[in-house]
Amino acid sequence: MANYNYIAWIPLLPLAGFVLLGLFGRRRFRGFSGILGTGLILAAALLSLYAAWQYFGAGAGAAGVTAGGSAYKPILAMKFTWLSFSPGLSIDMSVLLDPISVMMIVVVSLVSLMVHIFSLGYMKGEERFGTYYAFLSLFSFSMLGLVLSGNIFQLFIFWELVGCSSFLLIGYYYDRPSAVAASKKAFIVTRFADLGFLIGILILSFYGETLDFGTLIHRLTTPSPQFLSITSASFLGFSLLSWGLTLVFIGGAGKSAMFPLHVWLPDAMEGPTPVSALIHAATMVVAGVYLVARLFPVFSLSDPPALGVVAYVGAFSALIAAIMACTQTDIKRVLAYSTMSQIGYMMFALGVSKYGGEGGLGYMASMFHLFTHAGFKALLFLCAGVIIHRVHSNEMNAMGGLRRQLPLTHICCLIACLAISGIPPFSGFFSKEEILLAAWQSNKLIYGVGLFTSGLTAYYMFRLYFSIFWRGPHGVRQAAGDPGAGDAHGSTPVSMNLPLVVLALGALLAGLIPFSHFVTSDGEPIDTHTPLSFSIAPVALALAGIGLAAWLYGTMSDRPRRLASAIGGLYRLVYHTFYIDEIYAFITKKILFNLVGRPAAWIDRNIVDGLMNGLASFTAWISALIKGMQSGKMQDYALYFFTGIAGLAVLFIYIWKN
Amino acid sequence: MNQIPLTHILFVSTALFFIGMYGLLTRRNLITMLMSVELILNSVNINFVAFNRYLYADKLDGVFFTLFIITIAAAEAAVAIAIMIHLYRNLNSIDVEQTDEMKF
Amino acid sequence: MNLSLFIIIPLVTAVAVMCCRGLRQARWISLAGSLGQLLLSFVLLFRFGQERAAGNSSRMLFEYRHSWFAAWHIDYHIGVDGISVAMILLTAVIVLAGVLVSWNKGPWSKEFFSLLLILALGAYGFFLSLDLFTMFFFLELSVIPKYLLIGIWGSGRKEYSAMKLALMLMSGSALVFIGLLGLYYGSGHSFDILQLAQVPISAGVQRTFFPCLFIGFGIFTALFPLHTWVPDGHSSAPTAASMFLAGISMKLGAYGCLRVATYLMPDAAREYAPIIIVLATIAIVYGAFATMMQKDLKYINAYSSVSHCGFILLGIGMLTRAAINGAVLQMISHGLMTALFFASIGMIYDRAHTRMVDRLGGLLKVMPFISTIFVIAGLCSLGLPGLSSFVAEITVFIGSWQHPGTMYRLATILACASIVITAVYILRASAQTVMGPVKDPQFSVLTDAAWYERLASILLVAGIVVIGVAPFWLNDLLKPGIDAFMVHAGQTGLLK
Repeated sequence: MANYNYIAWIPLLPLAGFVLLGLFGRRRFRGFSGILGTGLILAAALLSLYAAWQYFGAGAGAAGVTAGGSAYKPILAMKFTWLSFSPGLSIDMSVLLDPISVMMIVVVSLVSLMVHIFSLGYMKGEERFGTYYAFLSLFSFSMLGLVLSGNIFQLFIFWELVGCSSFLLIGYYYDRPSAVAASKKAFIVTRFADLGFLIGILILSFYGETLDFGTLIHRLTTPSPQFLSITSASFLGFSLLSWGLTLVFIGGAGKSAMFPLHVWLPDAMEGPTPVSALIHAATMVVAGVYLVARLFPVFSLSDPPALGVVAYVGAFSALIAAIMACTQTDIKRVLAYSTMSQIGYMMFALGVSKYGGEGGLGYMASMFHLFTHAGFKALLFLCAGVIIHRVHSNEMNAMGGLRRQLPLTHICCLIACLAISGIPPFSGFFSKEEILLAAWQSNKLIYGVGLFTSGLTAYYMFRLYFSIFWRGPHGVRQAAGDPGAGDAHGSTPVSMNLPLVVLALGALLAGLIPFSHFVTSDGEPIDTHTPLSFSIAPVALALAGIGLAAWLYGTMSDRPRRLASAIGGLYRLVYHTFYIDEIYAFITKKILFNLVGRPAAWIDRNIVDGLMNGLASFTAWISALIKGMQSGKMQDYALYFFTGIAGLAVLFIYIWKN
Repeated sequence: MNQIPLTHILFVSTALFFIGMYGLLTRRNLITMLMSVELILNSVNINFVAFNRYLYADKLDGVFFTLFIITIAAAEAAVAIAIMIHLYRNLNSIDVEQTDEMKF
Repeated sequence: MNLSLFIIIPLVTAVAVMCCRGLRQARWISLAGSLGQLLLSFVLLFRFGQERAAGNSSRMLFEYRHSWFAAWHIDYHIGVDGISVAMILLTAVIVLAGVLVSWNKGPWSKEFFSLLLILALGAYGFFLSLDLFTMFFFLELSVIPKYLLIGIWGSGRKEYSAMKLALMLMSGSALVFIGLLGLYYGSGHSFDILQLAQVPISAGVQRTFFPCLFIGFGIFTALFPLHTWVPDGHSSAPTAASMFLAGISMKLGAYGCLRVATYLMPDAAREYAPIIIVLATIAIVYGAFATMMQKDLKYINAYSSVSHCGFILLGIGMLTRAAINGAVLQMISHGLMTALFFASIGMIYDRAHTRMVDRLGGLLKVMPFISTIFVIAGLCSLGLPGLSSFVAEITVFIGSWQHPGTMYRLATILACASIVITAVYILRASAQTVMGPVKDPQFSVLTDAAWYERLASILLVAGIVVIGVAPFWLNDLLKPGIDAFMVHAGQTGLLK
């Protein structure tokens, strides 16, 4: 058994960064806070790579793979009790290594490292540079802790922490009201989803009598007493297991921006662009997928209906997000909707998968897509960062012909767009094919949705690409009026170009990794063969999407406008993202605030407190009534005195005889 | 021995008590009120003496109590008159209606 | 270890403060005194741990008994278990922070500081007492100074609030006293908690006097619908008094509910549990909704205290081990958190001269330290992991969930739902005050926290973070006390 104790350092190094930069980042470490943060995450990334090598690598026979089979077994590298509630029920801080967690630490730490490096250039000169790196480190810590969690409540703790660091980073430009509103919204929407997660945990842990993932999964997938008790108990016609899993999935859906809890993600683009790349594209938003994958055996073996919910929610989100992405003009919002759509892919891939063996293709494909998506989506966001850095605008309408000014960015962005569109041999092709294959094998409806969405994806990504880099003869249209800024950012610094190149190489090559040999639903390597004939349809559709985008946006023309006005009402509906935001605003502002909050405050002031004040006034009233008796007149007092005596005499003589 | 029945004496003392009470409650003059209080005390004295004589002829407790009351009455009169003199100095009157400073 | 030091040191300090001259002397003496208390409580913690480690498993440690009024069996009887040690530590931290926050408090600073120290004295005595009458004595001692603190140094409708607070708390103590007398006569003439725990108390007595004690103490802990002193009292009180009021005083009630009412009369507690749970759930949810509509920062924190103290009562009402554990954790956590919140609000108010959220804005730019503290307190309030509230709240949730039965489950779910509402109001408040553009140009000249304010905040933040990051430490301290509590509750149930 190899020694895995060092794994604990992977999350702890960024934590150290957060503590140091949080305490001293404003003054003392101001100058080198970026270097410090980057250095620590670099160390963590190297450790993660080493861990992956050790777990999956050549020496696997000694480590991950047991002697009997070739499966990768989960390893609990570390565990101590953090908070115990009752025997068997405790939150442990643990480090769980299994194929998906090892894959995730590599993804998280590498993307985080790229973003750290990129930010050195992008955020240069910001007033709160140290704070920014502190928050980034906090996020990296939480996300790494999340993926390494071996205890469902530990996962919840880090889950909340990533939510908090996302909140802090979205609201990084705190003097911008829109950023503040977006950060608030992100926190509250995910909080609402976390409520489901929390109650789901309570249900699962109560009946499973444990919070430990391994034990929980074991108990809920075999006919143990716990399994019988949770499936026999039912509420509103569904077994409590279904309730628990669905509620947990709601938590995941909130974090992963699944419909209808996706509203926070487009707004979250108010944060600095590298943050969007890290948190809102590559890592945090896939936490929901990770969560479902973590509990996948339970979903798959014990409760197919809950898995069906996952599949349909994922497919619907993929489709609707792709549709919404087609009309957006803010470059980051397009990317946000595309993220949502791609996560939808991962979700429904899990949803259509089965546990174990070849049937687990969807699971493997989902994880693979998570892996490749993290790379090319982070790349897209970083390209967007470079562009925004140059143009000082998020609006695609303000861009055009940038391929001459930003040749490197242009190439990188093209690679990423090809990858996300699923054009061979870029990484996205391989993972998307496998997802579609898994869907084809299990559910034709979902396959159809996925296929159509992949065409849409190609269209809106190339719409973005052509609008930015091609359309229009002259480069940056706005830079003319802003020469000062143009000078300051005349050339893109190396710190910003390096991550682009690394991630572009990833997007080129990651698809060649024999992923199914490493990450599968049960740890047993499988071989995947996607028939060539199967690939024709998606690729053809993607090429058609690209062609349409080129025709519409390749050159300056009024074709897009004419098309939009041709489908007027529908276009407006999509452009306003189906008015989902407005519906939420109505529910919260009108219903929660006006119909619940305001009456509650009013009742408290006027009825409950009124009762107390009424009691006091009543006492005062009584005393006002009887204070006249204290007239100060001696003879009145004498009269009371005699009346009292007479009364007592009557009492004692006639009533209390004995 | 043919003696006066107790009821006769009690009648006198009751009459005295209520006369005193009437005076105390109706008169405005503090001196008169003091005199009424004396009447009440004396009605009590009569009661004590009478009950002592008729019920416990072999004891003297009631008589002792009467003596106490007379003493107390004297002291009380002295204090009361002192108060009245001060009131008169302050208010130029000993009308009880005007001594209602101590109210709510 | 002589526990009476906890009563003597504040008393001596209070007297010394009265005898000294001027603000400078008063504050330094108070600082020295409260620092002494904090050190002493750390010594107590250390010694307590030593004793427990050495295998001393008696119910209470460092007991001391002195007959006070023999005819009525009233003793001065003190002693501590883990719960009281934790509460004493909490008191010491908050008193020190309170003294630091009121560094420039005037006029009549002498009187202010000595009243503050007398409050501390009352709280220490209350947490130490093992004799119900002594406990009651100290409870009263910690009510009266509040009236003066609010009435003299308060703001807003201070006379009204002071009167309201004093009257409601006094009626609470009156009910407590009735309950104590009921226990005294119902148990064969004893005020001693340990002795009372041995005597079986008849069901009739329990049924009659449990509500008296629970409601009486409950008023201190903002039991719905008797919580209305909380918003007015907190918002009118000067900063240190608010901190003390919310941080410690509300915990006096909770501690009383637990240690006196529920511990001594578990059967009645079980019988009345549904009512307690319903009231607590109403307090949690309704308090949270009421908070959402508040405009004044102090009102926001006061109403959120109603909501958060609901968790304590919910935990006590659920009567499962984890729930009780969570209730105790919540007492400590809420004490630190709310004190920090009030401290930061006080600092903002001292500078901006307003507490209205719609008039504040962009403070992060002007006073980064205070704003950070404010946000930390807010994040703690909404239950962010790594800070103390999270630990307490999830312990309550898990404990409550272990109580089967639809009503209990529903109550737990509603309580869980309140974390979302908490997030809404906390984020609204901090978004409007701390973030956004600087609203008033006058704010741009304001200064950040001074050293004493920094020290106070750091002290409280340290407490919050230590509990949030390493709850096992506190849990181990509390464990024997709660176990003994559960054993007792279980046994008496069997007897019946």
